[in-house]
Amino acid sequence: MSTTMLSLRGLTRRFGGLTAVDAIDLDLAKGELISIIGPNGAGKTTLFNLVTGLDLPDAGTVRFEGQDITGLSPERLAAEGIARTFQLGRVFGNLSVMDNVLIGAHTRLRAVKPAVPLIGPLLELGLALLRPASVKAEEERLREEVKVILARFGERLLPRIDQPAYSLSYANRRRVEIARALALRPRLLLLDEPTAGMNPTETTEMQGLVAELKAEGLTILLIEHKLEMVMRLSDRVIVMDEGKKIAEGPGEQVRGDPKVIEAYLGHGLTTKQESAA
Amino acid sequence: MSSWLDYTINGLIVGNVYALVAVGLALIFGVSRLINFAQGSIYLVGAYIGWVAVVQLHTPLPLTIIVVAVAAALVGLIIERFGLRPLQNSVRIAPLLATIGISFVLDQLVMLTFSPNPRALPSQLPDIRFQIGGGTIGPLDLLIAGVGLTSALLLFVFLRYSKLGWAVRATAQDRDAAMQMGVDVNRVNQAVFGIAAALGGVSGLLVGMYYNQIDTAMSLQATLKGVVAEVVGGAGNVPGAVIGSLLLGLVESYGVAVFGTSYRNLFAFLLLVVVLVLRPNGLFASARQAPPEPLTGTFIAPSRPVRIPRWALLIATAVFAILPLLPVSFYVLQTLINAWLLGMLALSLTLVAGTIGQVSLGHAALLAIGAYTSALLSLTFAVPVGLAIIGGGLMSAALGTALISPSFRLRGHYVSIATLAIGEIVSLVILNWESVTRGPIGISGIPPLSLFGYELVSPISIYWFSFIVMVVLALLQGRLLGSHLGRSFRAIRDDDIAARAYGLSLNRYKSLAFIFGGFAAGVSGGIAAHLYSYINHETFNTQQSILALTVVILGGLGNVVGAILGAVALVGLPEVFRIAAEYRILIYGIVLLLLVRFRPQGLLGTM
Ligand SMILES: Nc1ncnc2c1ncn2[C@@H]1O[C@H](COP(=O)(O)OP(=O)(O)OP(=O)(O)O)[C@@H](O)[C@H]1O
Ligand SMILES: [Mg+2]
Repeated sequence: MSTTMLSLRGLTRRFGGLTAVDAIDLDLAKGELISIIGPNGAGKTTLFNLVTGLDLPDAGTVRFEGQDITGLSPERLAAEGIARTFQLGRVFGNLSVMDNVLIGAHTRLRAVKPAVPLIGPLLELGLALLRPASVKAEEERLREEVKVILARFGERLLPRIDQPAYSLSYANRRRVEIARALALRPRLLLLDEPTAGMNPTETTEMQGLVAELKAEGLTILLIEHKLEMVMRLSDRVIVMDEGKKIAEGPGEQVRGDPKVIEAYLGHGLTTKQESAA
Repeated sequence: MSSWLDYTINGLIVGNVYALVAVGLALIFGVSRLINFAQGSIYLVGAYIGWVAVVQLHTPLPLTIIVVAVAAALVGLIIERFGLRPLQNSVRIAPLLATIGISFVLDQLVMLTFSPNPRALPSQLPDIRFQIGGGTIGPLDLLIAGVGLTSALLLFVFLRYSKLGWAVRATAQDRDAAMQMGVDVNRVNQAVFGIAAALGGVSGLLVGMYYNQIDTAMSLQATLKGVVAEVVGGAGNVPGAVIGSLLLGLVESYGVAVFGTSYRNLFAFLLLVVVLVLRPNGLFASARQAPPEPLTGTFIAPSRPVRIPRWALLIATAVFAILPLLPVSFYVLQTLINAWLLGMLALSLTLVAGTIGQVSLGHAALLAIGAYTSALLSLTFAVPVGLAIIGGGLMSAALGTALISPSFRLRGHYVSIATLAIGEIVSLVILNWESVTRGPIGISGIPPLSLFGYELVSPISIYWFSFIVMVVLALLQGRLLGSHLGRSFRAIRDDDIAARAYGLSLNRYKSLAFIFGGFAAGVSGGIAAHLYSYINHETFNTQQSILALTVVILGGLGNVVGAILGAVALVGLPEVFRIAAEYRILIYGIVLLLLVRFRPQGLLGTM
């Protein structure tokens, strides 16, 4: 028996005359990996924004572990255990790799951020300045944990742990984003084109990492243009076009669906990302 | 003036004048997403060129208008070509700071050329008034209305029917797409700056004639009013700017009718704050929109801060600590006391503007709150001065944070506008709240600095006192930056969307930054009050806010040691070179411009 982690019903977002996300239904079970594919402008990223609270739906609901989370702020959703990466990469450019990933663990700070109403923020300021042993220990623990997370990327990030993120290669910035998301200890992870701009070796590496995360039981929603990777990783694939869900099912089945082929052909076979990569 | 009709006519006329400024701002914002803080300076230049034309060259009115429009347009073109175009590919904060620097340089040049005293600008029109209904209207009113309408019509025709106008509209809609279609963005910028400047200059001329007086304080006021009108109408929305201007003119005029003249500006800024809070995209904005994804860390210049070894800092601290024991003149001590006070303000601003990325242009208001609180606590309630200063710091932290909190949802340039307006509001409240602040008379007889009952009157003791306070604040701030709050603040500055997605509440952390920074600024203001023994609503003014900003940029945004180094440099160097006081602000403006252009990361680098 599987429990449903995420469940979308009739989720809709309009921009002026354009319906970017059109009545999307989706159910994601615990430990499942669903890929969302579709031509450029299909509304995939907008859907992620709606799930993570960065944008508000015009209609429909988002449920997370049975709880209605529609319209909650991104801060709240992060605290609930939803982490995401961004398509174009949003690392904190002037922060070191270590600090970037530590921000990922922000919602897990307890000692320095006591959950006291009203004066909580002032306590946080005081504790940050005084730094009692409990706060120091917490910080130390998180720093060790960050190193463990970074070790998942082999020698890509560890040697650069103190470098500012702006100085990293594009691929490394993408990795920092994923490391940051993992530091949140997410219960739901949303990856928006994690391999965009990566070469084949790097893509394979990333595919291995996502497979590992899935094997560890993480629930993942993945946007990806590289079909090869989608086919290997996904339990199910959802195809979007012009905001609508046009197909859903196991990879092989979706791949042969005439509607899907039509959608991709209609917009030109190669997507922007793929031709750029 | 007596009747509502008169107030309405006055409101519309003044609104027309604001519209000439605001339309220019909207055009510029439309094509370059930049709020041109130098727009008021062009208006000032226009007024003074008009004065030269009318009073010295005796030009007839139509020629005066043409001369002013052409000369102002030239100034606009120069600003665009040499001030902003070189910054096209730099970080977002750069053009913002550049227009602030340009504004200071222009204002100071006008002041140095014409002296700060007001001048009369005769209107060149017969002084008669026509009765209409219950009110009257004069030829100048008609001229202003006529110029407003004509400019609107010309602008409409230009944007609608000329090729360049089409390019302007295309660029405003989607800059990248316009460039791909072969639009020459430089030419568009030029056109827009030229038009904006011509309109702004003529507006200055008309206002000068309307009040028959011009002075150098007009510049900041015009920028503020134009920005208010533009934001009310929706940044970048040209017709919106016109409507926003007329609305602003009416609100002010009716406000004056009910409450009196000294409340005019208060209404303008309250309108701004209300709009920013309720409808940050303006009254006529279309649907809510998520901001586009930024490139990584594009707000401030990425850099590796210069690492200064601990021993070097210790030696420097020791040298400055024992300095008064060496044979140095009182003059040197006095200068350094000023540097330490400015250093405290810079610590505050470098945290707020640098570390968490809220470029505050009203920071002097925090000084004023601290100074007034400390002065009144010690005078009225006989609180010991040491405690009163801490009280000033706390009040500044609390009140400053509360006042700025409505703008926590804003980003980039909007924060600067809001802080500028809030700074003005604080100064206006101090001026008008006579029962507490003693209004325009100011507060005199503030007790001198004292600690545990001992008065600190010798320069040496004052030096040590202010030096120690500053060092303690700097150490605390260093500790703050090393904590999880330091990285949280910087994360919010680099990308507030990603920060929110990882659970960082903008309200919470911006509040904490302003609380900490407000305390440092309030303490600085408190000490200053007891040193000066007299303060009024003009003691802590925008010039100080800009000076502090220059210090912060010079030292490196967010850089604690840099803030102090910058303060010593900017206070000390003019003394070393014996630069006359009038030229200093000009030099600060030029320093700011050169830094933005050639070393945006400052001396010690952004943290
Ligand atoms: N903030 C916005 N304002 C207006 N339109 C938007 C906004 N965000 C997205 N859109 C539009 O919504 C549609 C869906 O965009 P979205 O970014 O979700 O597509 P996508 O499937 O992620 O495409 P890609 O594969 O290129 O990343 C596009 O037509 C886009 O132009
Ligand atoms: Mg996308």
